[in-house]
Amino acid sequence: MTALKRMWLVPLVVAVWELTTRLAQDTDFPPPSAIVLRMHELWFSGPVTRLFLTDDAIANILPSLGRMFMGWTLAALLGVVLGVLIGRSRTAADYVEPLIQFGRVIPPPLLLPLLMVLLHAGLAMQVAAIVFGVVWPVLLNSIDGAKGVDRTYTETATVFGLTRAQQLRDVVIPAAAPKIFAGLRLSLSLALILMVISELFGSADGIGYQLLQAQRGFDTPTVWGAIALLGLLGYLVNALFTVAERRLLVWHHHTRRTL
Amino acid sequence: MLEISNLSHVYGSGPGAHHAIEGLNLSVAEGELLCIVGPSGAGKSTLLRSIAGLIQPTGGEVRIEGKLVKQTPDNLAVVFQDYSRSLFPWMSVADNVALPLRRKKMDKQQRRAAAQEALESVGLAEAGKKYPFQLSGGMQQRVAIARALAYRPALMLMDEPFGSVDAQTREDLEDLVLQVRGHHKMTIVLITHDIDESVYVGDRVVVLSKAPAHVVGDLKVELASPRDQITTREHSDFVHLRAEVGRLVRGLERTPA
Repeated sequence: MTALKRMWLVPLVVAVWELTTRLAQDTDFPPPSAIVLRMHELWFSGPVTRLFLTDDAIANILPSLGRMFMGWTLAALLGVVLGVLIGRSRTAADYVEPLIQFGRVIPPPLLLPLLMVLLHAGLAMQVAAIVFGVVWPVLLNSIDGAKGVDRTYTETATVFGLTRAQQLRDVVIPAAAPKIFAGLRLSLSLALILMVISELFGSADGIGYQLLQAQRGFDTPTVWGAIALLGLLGYLVNALFTVAERRLLVWHHHTRRTL
Repeated sequence: MLEISNLSHVYGSGPGAHHAIEGLNLSVAEGELLCIVGPSGAGKSTLLRSIAGLIQPTGGEVRIEGKLVKQTPDNLAVVFQDYSRSLFPWMSVADNVALPLRRKKMDKQQRRAAAQEALESVGLAEAGKKYPFQLSGGMQQRVAIARALAYRPALMLMDEPFGSVDAQTREDLEDLVLQVRGHHKMTIVLITHDIDESVYVGDRVVVLSKAPAHVVGDLKVELASPRDQITTREHSDFVHLRAEVGRLVRGLERTPA
């Protein structure tokens, strides 16, 4: 209820935006109503049977989301598995951490020209760019989480004779899960950014591609529409992730409350 | 069944080294319930970790059923003090109890049945589907005991198992230990800093010195069983024994009998 009450600022901002843009009459700044209209017309005026999605939406939004999730999922798997293995071995962590710190600070968009040469424009290059860009938060958080597993947990696992694989799967990964999820959440928003950037470089479809086309055609409402759509998608994906996290980490929130 | 000879353990080296245990000898007979008491910081936990094979002692040896302990033996279970970190909060109570049984040659159904049976024996027949955070501290420690029981160890180690629960729950859990050892044939070593508890629960009480720990007292407890929280504790033998253990823990001379 209180969350709903605080929502009054949103329509106010939109109203002020609408008013100013209408008064200014600048074609570079279309009013939000025009942007929404264009978004509706471009993507959401399809038949009910397709959830109102237009051909254009299916041709562009779906491939974008596909790339993003493919990249994010691969990065998540890679980051969690490597991170947990590195985190459980002190020597491995000591050796690998400087390399990780180096890899992490390379701005991932800079790799796009190189990846274009190596993999050519297309899905492989885009997914590779997303994986490279988003793997770091997951990796670092998994290492940190696996390192910080309480000694009583691991001693209990040892005493009751769990094999190394069982210990990792049933004890270390769940115990590190709160940290891992924090990394995954960060990666998710990075994945959205890298998805768009990778589409600005040699792509034949996607939201980023559409944005670029609109900009080249001086179609300002579509440029703004694409930006708004990305914001909306980011918000939605993050909300879904939060719901999933709450469900999976119920024990964590409860345990923390009682301690 | 448990033989500890000339056990020593040093943490670190050089002038900053901490001698936790030095020249400790102890033997525990099959089926015995031994309580180990000592002042805090006496190396009790180090002793337990050495028996459980969680640390490699720097000197001496531990044998269980004649076999030298090098890593955790498979006929041994531990109940830790900190149940909130020893039970896995992401698993249901039943899964926690059944988890160690994967090591045994049991299928899923047998494991589930064994877990349920163990939970019933600690008075938590209905708790299997719950999660640890939904239970009180005392109930969580019962689950930890059930997990150890389901494992059917020859030797059960308990590290200050009732240190983090309130007094009433503590008495209930002490009685639970006495009750389950009647049903299961196993040797129990219970570590505590509570003198009354050691006398009430034990067949025998061993007193450790301050670090570096060695055995300074070894007393047989000959109190009638079944023991009762009220009548046992008011019995003159109990009062005498607890005074004797108390003096030993505080490093005083033993009173002449």
